[in-house]
Amino acid sequence: MEFKNLKLSKKTTFIVWVVIIAFVIAAPEILPVFRLNLLGRYLSLAIVALGVDLIWGFTGLLSLGQGIFFALGGYCAAMYLQITSSSEFPNNIPEFFGLYGVDNLPFFWEPFRSPIFSLFAIWVIPALVAGMLGFLVFRNRIKGVYFSILTQASLLVFFNFFNGQQKLINGTNGLKTDVTQLFGQMVGSESMQRLFFWVTSILVIAAWFFAKWVVKGRFGNILIGIRDDEPRVRFTGYNPVIFKTIIFSIAGGLAGISGALYTVQSGIVSPQFMTVPFSIEMVIWVAVGGRGTLLGAILGAVFINYAKSLVSEALPASWMFIQGGLFILVVTALPEGVLGWIQGDGPRNLLQRFGLKRKIETYPSLEVNNKEGNNE
Amino acid sequence: MNNKYLLNLIDITVSFEGFLALNKLNLNLKKGELRAVIGPNGAGKTTFLDVITGKVKPTKGEVIFKGKSLVGRKEYKIARLGVGRKFQSPRIFENLTVKENLEISVTTPKSPLNLIDKSIKDEQLNEIERLMKIVNLAQKVDSKAGSLSHGQKQWLEIAMLVGQKPDLMLVDEPVAGLTDEETDLTADLLKSLSGENTVVVIDHDMEFIRRLDSNVSVLNQGTVLCEGTMETIQKDKKVIDVYLGRPED
Repeated sequence: MEFKNLKLSKKTTFIVWVVIIAFVIAAPEILPVFRLNLLGRYLSLAIVALGVDLIWGFTGLLSLGQGIFFALGGYCAAMYLQITSSSEFPNNIPEFFGLYGVDNLPFFWEPFRSPIFSLFAIWVIPALVAGMLGFLVFRNRIKGVYFSILTQASLLVFFNFFNGQQKLINGTNGLKTDVTQLFGQMVGSESMQRLFFWVTSILVIAAWFFAKWVVKGRFGNILIGIRDDEPRVRFTGYNPVIFKTIIFSIAGGLAGISGALYTVQSGIVSPQFMTVPFSIEMVIWVAVGGRGTLLGAILGAVFINYAKSLVSEALPASWMFIQGGLFILVVTALPEGVLGWIQGDGPRNLLQRFGLKRKIETYPSLEVNNKEGNNE
Repeated sequence: MNNKYLLNLIDITVSFEGFLALNKLNLNLKKGELRAVIGPNGAGKTTFLDVITGKVKPTKGEVIFKGKSLVGRKEYKIARLGVGRKFQSPRIFENLTVKENLEISVTTPKSPLNLIDKSIKDEQLNEIERLMKIVNLAQKVDSKAGSLSHGQKQWLEIAMLVGQKPDLMLVDEPVAGLTDEETDLTADLLKSLSGENTVVVIDHDMEFIRRLDSNVSVLNQGTVLCEGTMETIQKDKKVIDVYLGRPED
């Protein structure tokens, strides 16, 4: 597959953003809470997709293990909510511990009593884990398919660990958040869910600006350089290991924020967040939306997931086929994703094929100049 | 080691599973020298560059650059010490513009913090403009490097090499696929770079090497067969046997 550095024109970006912002403002008014909650969840997934776009679309690192960092963020949020809502339970510890006869809180739960610690932990812990994992992998020059396999293997390790630790984090049952309290209200209540929708929307936009800031300028160019020709970057005097570790860590942090927002809106975090298919889906959202476009990652995550829930309601069990088909279609027909296709004059080429538009005879830039020349 | 030499290769041996790509190669470069390296295919010319730039670790031997050993150092550290390399086929970042390519090369320090935090310095922008004029790419500043012609790509890579301000420039086949006129211009450019910089040029093109008017090292089977001016080389019997061929053949 050939990568292209896709840059969206100002106009397209502007129109898309007007639509998005209008929708975010209007959504709580026009959507029933059930739908609003779904949309909020999918928006939170857009943040993890932005991270995938940074590491895959820009830097060429295809991680199949983003679920690790996503789940870590979710667990951090859920642990805070559980521990601060456990005063009426025996020993003042979360209820599930009683099921396994645990009387004392495991030590690593303690710091989660602090809201400030928890707020940082949500993104710092996943970023640190990603940074450490990334550094070890990149330092040993593990690349390409081997990197993907390694991230997937790590995902399975984390999954099995979390799945088996009943006495520490309730194992396969996960941690529920919807009946916990935040600001004196039930997290699962309608008003809280509306609040989370707003917070998520704002954070998606903030994450988008952050990602844009990261890839703009020379730092982003080095990332693209690493993607296209890593040895050349090295011979120019840059240490790719540091750059890759930083961007992988950033993607991990974004995944953590995404996981926390997803958790509070879906009401539970469980090892299911670390299943293999889920992490692969994240890659599909970005591939369909358009690699290296950032906006494509957001749109891909939201639209595919919304389509998933609509299709699953109408035709249960058919979604996997549709998703698979979508991925095959994108890989074969639109290798740059939907947004990349639109930006790369795809619609014009399609119209030309059906004879609905005049063919360009030379380079587009010359064509435009030529027209102007004729008018003068 | 005395200061006269910028680079010393001492008894370099590189063995790829028994095959000796380089066999006790010795080579010394003076500061400011322009040196051409020629040799038949498989003589070890590219491996020789790989050893200096850290891509290949020699099985035996020492590489001394500015009094420091380069053996075992990472590629990016060697590059920062002042060794620049131009690859055989143009290795530029095709998805970046001409200007962005040059920014990558002239930027110092090459740390992530410097890149993400600060905008490029004015003196570096001036340097980029100067480089683009030298290699005639001023019109193409914002074009994708991938859209350049082959010759322009070669020149862009040379400009990137110069922008790195290396003490030692290793130039691998800079004129492959260039027109005669471009070849002459490239030769003049490289000649003008020597003196201030030390330049090693690897090529097959005899006319080009002659035009460089420099000392020539002939490699064969991983070792230096002969060294001297073009005239000396052309009269050397060993060189004629392995490389230039006898006129009567």
